[in-house]
Amino acid sequence: MNTVAVNLQVNGRSVSAAVEPRHTLADVLREQLGLTGTHLGCEQGVCGACTVLVDGEPVRSCLMFAVQIDGASITTIEGLADADGTLHPVQAAFTECHGLQCGFCTPGFVLTAVHLLADQPNPDRETIRRELSGNICRCTGYVGIVDAVELAGRRAAEAEGGGS
Amino acid sequence: MKPAPFDYHRATSVADAIAVLAASEGSGKLLAGGQSLVPLLSMRMAQPTVLIDLNGLTDLSGLGDRSGLGGPGASADGPPTDGSTGSVRFGSMMRHSELCRQTAHPLAAEMAGWIAHTAIRCRGTIGGSLAHADPNAECPALALVCDGRITVQGPSGQRRIAAADFFEGMLQTTLADDEILTAIDLALPARWGFAELARRQGDFAVVLAAVAELDDGWRVVVGGVDSTPIRVPAAEAALDSGVDGAEAGRLVETQIVAYDDIHGGASYRRAMAAELVRRACDMAFSQAAPSAGETGAVKSQP
Repeated sequence: MNTVAVNLQVNGRSVSAAVEPRHTLADVLREQLGLTGTHLGCEQGVCGACTVLVDGEPVRSCLMFAVQIDGASITTIEGLADADGTLHPVQAAFTECHGLQCGFCTPGFVLTAVHLLADQPNPDRETIRRELSGNICRCTGYVGIVDAVELAGRRAAEAEGGGS
Repeated sequence: MKPAPFDYHRATSVADAIAVLAASEGSGKLLAGGQSLVPLLSMRMAQPTVLIDLNGLTDLSGLGDRSGLGGPGASADGPPTDGSTGSVRFGSMMRHSELCRQTAHPLAAEMAGWIAHTAIRCRGTIGGSLAHADPNAECPALALVCDGRITVQGPSGQRRIAAADFFEGMLQTTLADDEILTAIDLALPARWGFAELARRQGDFAVVLAAVAELDDGWRVVVGGVDSTPIRVPAAEAALDSGVDGAEAGRLVETQIVAYDDIHGGASYRRAMAAELVRRACDMAFSQAAPSAGETGAVKSQP
């Protein structure tokens, strides 16, 4: 079995790994780095559960090989909360708005939402629905999820604008 | 649901990629954005011996200027001197997200916005989508409606292929096993429109329609009704003679033969093609018509 050495930043930490070319980024995150918060649903790019941020952009980690990410910076769901356990504002909004039930799809939704709010602060509900359309939840329907992202966006806008 | 083993080669140049691809004697695959290829690998519908990664080739990711000069594999075409609108060159590794953001070719930006979802657009590339040749995807239709000229390179050099000669069938192109798609030149339409029907936001189109007013007349392209996107010459000629979008749509409905599948029957697809062509025409007609001496003004686009 041939492996390739890759160096990357995962949640701010430098990591080296020897990866098989056929292993996806999701495989390596979960099985070699123990970051099992990245969930694999369909493994064909449809469900969005495995979405992580690669150099700040949302990426399906099942559609990228780990060998491709040498030198990249990855953010997974484990990298969002503070070291003391304080939830990221998007995570906090998901808990408050009942934006999850079983939690399987949640990491992908949260990372997609983190990118959306960084890109388009305080989006309206239509924008939120459009941008979350690549993530599938089979528990709840999407009302609580959209509520959560809207709340997180509104809070960020209020913090930014001093309530104006 | 895991790919079979393969060797991985990160290409250092187009020549390097061609050399490794040619040496694989048909068993190698090029990896661009991977948004269609990786699922095929995971399902083991494709089992290449070597995967040649083009993602390090930054010289394939750029946007050329309107003259078609500059950018990857710069052509010998000079800037337009006849008052024509010219064309825009896209490197094959330009990602859909960049295609959305660029302003040099507004129709390309509009159509790229309909491709899948943000996470897919951040990786997928125009060259990969063209080479994949899904008849329900946006990029092949974009290539056809803008008289795309596709540049490919292989061991024996470079050649240009008209989009009309590139798409052969469902997921099939005239790209040879040892060739790499490096760029596409798209004519810049004076007016244009696009409309698409999909079951859900971001899905592949059931039917899509694009219209573009080029220097020598209108183009009308429909995707999702045949094994490749198709032009509808009768509707093009009718638009050239001044009919409205509804009439162009009616002509499309009578001219095309569509297929049946679980997403829609043939008559439904033909009816949708008519409606989408009408909407695309309405979008185009709402844009300022080019006046003499002002042809090619990019600023005339919304």
